[in-house]
Amino acid sequence: MEIENTAMAGTLESSDIQIMIGKGTDGIKIQLDSDVKKEFGEQIENVIRQTLLANHIDTANVKAVDKGALDCVIKARTLAVANRALGIADKPSWEVL
Amino acid sequence: MRMVLFLINNVNRSLPEDLMNQLGFKPFKSTTIDSTVVARTPHKVAISTGNDKVLNSIKEVVENNVADGMTISFHHHFREGDFVFNLVMQTIIDAGIKDLTLAPSSLTNVMNDMVVKAIEAGTVTNITSSGMRGTLGDAVSHGALANPVIFRSHGGRARAIEQGDIKIDVAFLGVPNSDRLGNANGMDGEAVFGSLGYALMDAQYADKVVLLTDNIVSYPNTPASIKQTQVDYVVKIDKVGDPDKIGSGATRFTKDPKELKIASTVNDVITNSAYFKDGFSFQTGSGGAALAVTRYLRESMKQNDIRASFALGGITKPMIDLLEEGLVDKIMDVQDFDKGAAESMHTSKNQQEIDASWYADPYNKGAMVDQLDVVILSALEIDTKFNVNVMTGSDGVIRGAVGGHQDAATAKLTIISAPLVRGRIATVVPAVSTVVTPGDSIDVLVTEVGIAINPKRQDLIAAMKKVPSVPVFSIEELEQRASKIVGTPKPIEFTERTVALVEYRDGTIIDAIKEVKD
Repeated sequence: MEIENTAMAGTLESSDIQIMIGKGTDGIKIQLDSDVKKEFGEQIENVIRQTLLANHIDTANVKAVDKGALDCVIKARTLAVANRALGIADKPSWEVL
Repeated sequence: MRMVLFLINNVNRSLPEDLMNQLGFKPFKSTTIDSTVVARTPHKVAISTGNDKVLNSIKEVVENNVADGMTISFHHHFREGDFVFNLVMQTIIDAGIKDLTLAPSSLTNVMNDMVVKAIEAGTVTNITSSGMRGTLGDAVSHGALANPVIFRSHGGRARAIEQGDIKIDVAFLGVPNSDRLGNANGMDGEAVFGSLGYALMDAQYADKVVLLTDNIVSYPNTPASIKQTQVDYVVKIDKVGDPDKIGSGATRFTKDPKELKIASTVNDVITNSAYFKDGFSFQTGSGGAALAVTRYLRESMKQNDIRASFALGGITKPMIDLLEEGLVDKIMDVQDFDKGAAESMHTSKNQQEIDASWYADPYNKGAMVDQLDVVILSALEIDTKFNVNVMTGSDGVIRGAVGGHQDAATAKLTIISAPLVRGRIATVVPAVSTVVTPGDSIDVLVTEVGIAINPKRQDLIAAMKKVPSVPVFSIEELEQRASKIVGTPKPIEFTERTVALVEYRDGTIIDAIKEVKD
């Protein structure tokens, strides 16, 4: 699906992740900033990528600022930002949840 | 490339054989301190019968007393409010002196950038400390220093000074007051910090002792913690420290439900152990949970009509309150974490200043920690062998201090209070990145979900089974629970190079810290 708007979800509180998403040109590009990047960077990017793909987004520029969020939080924030970007936040695609 | 050969010590850590031999270190064997006879190192005394040691210039003292290759020391009682360290180090760098060994009691954040600068200038080429953090920890972990840093506990440093492993040429000791001949204490003046505990070692064993103060008082100054018999020079400077940054002002109790849960469980463990009886002794730290423990313990002591014979270690205002209420008979005070504790030392004869040797030295005729019943300590990581890391972060970078951890852990009941996870970092792990305190010293781990007891303490396991409010798990169960929450981290990559060695309190090496690869 096409990204309609640039969107954001999440906060910079500890144990949260703030994700911004915009139109991309070449696949899903993720720019991650995290204190646990060394230990969990690949895992965090993987959760974001899989969640976006499940929502039929395969081209996007993502900027994520992680404050030690767990996978469930990363997934929830990615889902929210995907729905906002697709302009379907009022009618989220429940089937991909 | 040449192969690096390793020795394996009794907590199963690999230590670089070449380096160990070159520096004359032995691998850690056991927490048992053998009864033996040791010799104390001699130190020089420049005889003085004059009636004034006051100078106005640090530069003059440095130029006449510090030379290439010497060992210099400082104390860290001013903590984040320290002005003395940077002032003296800058003067030494400017004087072009090289190849010094820096041997402070510890290094606080306010000193970080100056130490990095001194390393870059070639002024400092060796460091021994209790710990380091921030930009300095980062620089050392990335190989900024050619020689490995030696980390020592407070008791271990006292031992090393007494035995001559650390041979201090010149000690620069900031004090909030001194008379013209060097009688000084930590209790009066602008920048008071209370106990001079760690600095007393330097005052006693350094060849040259330089006091720096902003407050010259009339002679003779009492009570004198540092004495005129030990001091070579008294240098007058504008300001020794920022009183607001020395300690936290009023200590506030945590409202964090997780910390409160941990604290109340710690209290349950203590009060249901055999050690909770009239005349018991304890030590708590300064963290949020530790302070909350003090509050719960106070209630339990009142309810059960139990008084403690002494409280030990780093002292806070809530501890002083216990003293004033008559719940604690004596406070044995090696350092004070807040103003309330620092100020009360003045008025209370039951708050005894003790030096680092008296506090925790394994090689003297009897240290306070040997008499300690209960201690509550923290951990960055604890593993399934109960080994504790308080030195390196989950990224492998140095960001902590041994402090009194190894020393106090010799108590009869050693409790580690720590959350199961911090953000995405597990506290209970399969293997800690750096062993600082051996699992053999640790008895109970308390987390917010429950406790784990060291299997060698069957007596405690039996006692805690009878306490319904304390869920008991195996440490493996807690480790799995943590890893289920956060996932499996990618292992940290290190190079072959050793950037630091961690001594156990008896001077053997408990672990080596490697340079991080990024």
